[in-house]
Amino acid sequence: MTKALPLKLTPTLLARTLVAWSVTLVLFFPLGWLILTAFKTELQAIEVPPLLVWTPTLENFYEVQERSDYLLYAKNSLVTSVVSTLLGLAIAAPAAYSMAFFRTKRTRDILLWMLSTKMMPAVGALVPIYVLAQKAELLDTQLALIIVFTLSNLPIMVWMLYSHFKDIPHEILEAARMDGATLWQEFHRVLLPLAVGGLASCGLLCLVLSWNEAFWSLNLSAAKAGTLAALIASYSSPEGLFWAKLSAASFMAIAPIVVFGWFSQKQLVQGLTFGAVK
Amino acid sequence: MSFLQLKGVEKNFGPVKVIKGIDLDIKKGEFVVFVGPSGCGKSTLLRLIAGLESLDAGAMHLDGRDITSLPSSKRDLAMVFQSYALYPHMSVYDNMSFALTLAKADKAVIDEKVKRAAKILSLEPYLDRQPKDLSGGQRQRVAIGRAIVRAPKVFLFDEPLSNLDAALRGQTRVEIAKLHRDLGATTVYVTHDQVEAMTLADRVVVLREGKIEQVGTPLELYDKPANQFVAQFIGTPQMNVLASATVPQMANAFAVPIPINGFIGLRPESIVLTGPGAGQLNAKVDLVEALGAETLIYVTTEHGAQLVARQNTRADVKAGDEVGVAIDTRTAHLFDAQGRIAHTGAVAGALAV
Repeated sequence: MTKALPLKLTPTLLARTLVAWSVTLVLFFPLGWLILTAFKTELQAIEVPPLLVWTPTLENFYEVQERSDYLLYAKNSLVTSVVSTLLGLAIAAPAAYSMAFFRTKRTRDILLWMLSTKMMPAVGALVPIYVLAQKAELLDTQLALIIVFTLSNLPIMVWMLYSHFKDIPHEILEAARMDGATLWQEFHRVLLPLAVGGLASCGLLCLVLSWNEAFWSLNLSAAKAGTLAALIASYSSPEGLFWAKLSAASFMAIAPIVVFGWFSQKQLVQGLTFGAVK
Repeated sequence: MSFLQLKGVEKNFGPVKVIKGIDLDIKKGEFVVFVGPSGCGKSTLLRLIAGLESLDAGAMHLDGRDITSLPSSKRDLAMVFQSYALYPHMSVYDNMSFALTLAKADKAVIDEKVKRAAKILSLEPYLDRQPKDLSGGQRQRVAIGRAIVRAPKVFLFDEPLSNLDAALRGQTRVEIAKLHRDLGATTVYVTHDQVEAMTLADRVVVLREGKIEQVGTPLELYDKPANQFVAQFIGTPQMNVLASATVPQMANAFAVPIPINGFIGLRPESIVLTGPGAGQLNAKVDLVEALGAETLIYVTTEHGAQLVARQNTRADVKAGDEVGVAIDTRTAHLFDAQGRIAHTGAVAGALAV
């Protein structure tokens, strides 16, 4: 670790610090408010002016679990995001490998085409995908969500892995080939150890994306396979707004991924900027 | 009996023909160097032998076996890359033992082979280190060690010295020569540096634009170049080549007539500077390079031809001086209008004695 240089408090530094803090507070405010509200009763939650001092309660959390089985939704979220991430990596890694190390004239076009699929609004594909899921009797199943999450993350995964693989000198893989490595040995004994950082950050990003995915889970799942995003949504309509419970449900939905993101942020940032600065 | 045989080998990159039909026989234990200017296809040819590129036409045989469409991993060749291409996530020991581990060799055998290679290359203290903790020269030795450990049928070197500084390059060159003498392994070595080619090779293959210009021992290439390209590519400073028209006063000076629109090739050591008016030509000194053991003198003749002379004594001329140029006409090579050899001269050094 390098020792931090002593900072001299200049007007510019002061102004910059103030701006940084205000922006941070503005961004954090809704989230902070949500967390505070989660620990209030419904009555306290809608009080005007808002209560700043109160006795926190865990009642909302019990009730959310009681009324809508939080753990089931949590399990659905966990299963769909983890499985779709692993499946996505298993498909994207070989694709990125072939594009990075066996480039053709069309490689760039294919990459751009893949990315272009992300430009279409998801709702544009809603009806066909819904009908497909219905015909295949996959509505409200984890499998349907896993397939859709995987497909919608694949373009990003291929791009990310492609840019990681591209930075690995291809001579190293050729050396492995000369050393008698089969394709599989070349892949898992040389490429994967070298790309593990990229794979991890790509996996982390897709895990977060799948966890937070709301559109498809709302449309393709209900009580059985619903994810936490669907759980939150269910607290916003039929019986009116229950701010405290909605907050508690949201808090429980985002907490795992926030904690997870906190621990893996170094890896994530590294992965997202890897190759961009060099 | 040829050990590695190339027959009609061709390679295209899209519409560009990079290798245009190569026939070559390499004997067992031979050290063959591919040399040529950049873009001549020498590295591509090596990669074709390695199996890292696929052939578009032709065939290759190694030790009696057709390897034309065999993948690299099955060819039993080892390659030393220009960038070394060490496995960055493995220790030196693991780098060197990787091939044998993949081949599921016995642990004790692997250990013995790695230790022996490490000893030959003075890498013993570094076996536990990662490649990033090594200097360029050490990395280079690990790359060579990785090849030695395998005891492959053929060693392939792709410009292995070009990332080293001049002193280390000279030293490593000597080590590679010694290694080849000790191991007696068949070696194909690619370089653009003709000094490496001359010092290392049993036979040199000069390539240009995907075709072989000449194959021969280093001195054969120097003394009996097949054409103007080889004549000028081999030897530093390069052979002086004069269009016959620029030296009309020498039209009948040679043992055989100069071909029409032909060229006269003169090694720098065949040119001796004399007092003004004393030689066949008169010239003005442009530049004197005193290198210590030898001196290079660049002159321009009265008809505008530029020549370089090499002498083993210190020069007493300086830029701007008028001098005479005495040419040992018996050593001159004559080329026809297409640059093909028409007459091979005698060896300059041999005549001087």
